[in-house]
Amino acid sequence: MSQSSLIKVENLAFERDDSCLFDNINLAVDSGDILQIEGANGSGKTTLLRILTTALQPSAGKILYKGCTVTDCRYQYLSDMLYIGHQPAVKQTLTAEENLRWMVSNSAKSNQLAINDALAGVGLSGYSDVPCYALSAGQHRRVALARLLISEAKLWYLDEPFTAIDKQGVSYLEARLQEHADRGGAVVLTSHQDLALNNLRKYSLSAPAGQIA
Amino acid sequence: MAHSINSGFSAWLRRDLLLAYRRRGEAASPLVFFVMVSTLIPLGLTPESARLAEVAAGMIWVMALLATLLSVEGLFASDYQDGSLEQLLITPQLLPMPLLGKITAHWLTTGLPLTLVSPLLGVMLSLPAAGYLPMLCSLALGTACLSLTGAVGAALTVSLRKGGLLLSLLVMPLYMPVLIFGTATVNFAVDGLNWLPPLAILGALFAASVALCPLAAAGALRLTSAN
Repeated sequence: MSQSSLIKVENLAFERDDSCLFDNINLAVDSGDILQIEGANGSGKTTLLRILTTALQPSAGKILYKGCTVTDCRYQYLSDMLYIGHQPAVKQTLTAEENLRWMVSNSAKSNQLAINDALAGVGLSGYSDVPCYALSAGQHRRVALARLLISEAKLWYLDEPFTAIDKQGVSYLEARLQEHADRGGAVVLTSHQDLALNNLRKYSLSAPAGQIA
Repeated sequence: MAHSINSGFSAWLRRDLLLAYRRRGEAASPLVFFVMVSTLIPLGLTPESARLAEVAAGMIWVMALLATLLSVEGLFASDYQDGSLEQLLITPQLLPMPLLGKITAHWLTTGLPLTLVSPLLGVMLSLPAAGYLPMLCSLALGTACLSLTGAVGAALTVSLRKGGLLLSLLVMPLYMPVLIFGTATVNFAVDGLNWLPPLAILGALFAASVALCPLAAAGALRLTSAN
């Protein structure tokens, strides 16, 4: 068991409306890895991430978590995973604090101190009582990203985490990702940016058929 | 495990109640619809109380059904758009419990207020005095059935851009027994018959929906999110 990777993807394929989005995807993610999935717009980065989170079913292939297929050890896998999607799941009418409290109550532990710390960490300390519709796009993202500071999940799946985030925010986030990897966690993210991270690996999805690569 | 099952229910219940409280105006619209239509009926039909009394039970029940149908469409819509639904699908918790929390919140914000204002409408439509208690009981049970079955339809149609019409078509046949036994409860009481048997059937419908609908809605959400 200790020999097997944290996540291993074997021959993964996905078809939609009888056309193949991608096939034959093989990759492995170990503790301490940061994997950046690259590819043109429409090449299936988000789809691949959603398949990894089990929100979508692949057409073929399997995903192994510590050597066991994710359908067999679903509870353990999902408890160990955190996913921040393209839509950040931030409710407009709730305040940043209420949003965050609800998000973490969904996964594991939540206490007031941790929530305040996390909001301060992403630079929203003065905004905890402001409804999210009054926040900017970048601040929205920061509310969702505050989950990273509370989560005890080992595996992070981040879909375009740097969208709308300012320069300081990006470097802060990079430092957090690095720290997480150094502690033995793993990160799989999609981004078009060049990231300044150690042990960063890249995986490129080919352009969809019929498009100029 | 037991703890996580329960926390899924209460977390979603509390969140949806808070969301409804923040959007009070929007949340009150089924209730406003219910009251407005019932106020218009005596104007359109007849102000004569004997004739109104004949149709009162049926009218109140049809209005309650339509008001619930209008509101159930939005049960998952905003969660689907902002990604919360996706987060729900990948929680390790069992899916039916959070969904039951959402449905309970929906009933507390639509079915329960409808039930509570129905005596007022009874007065406007000159419902005979014997009909009030059966109406309260049957609406309380019946609107819970409507929220539960409506949730299955809402889950099936959430990913469609204009799912409203399809939702009505899917859910309407399932709403009919509730409507029939709901009005029967009130009419039996008005006619001086024993109104407990139709109410018991509503109770049975409620018991069946509370057991099956969250499971069906969970299955429907997994199905629709896979596309």
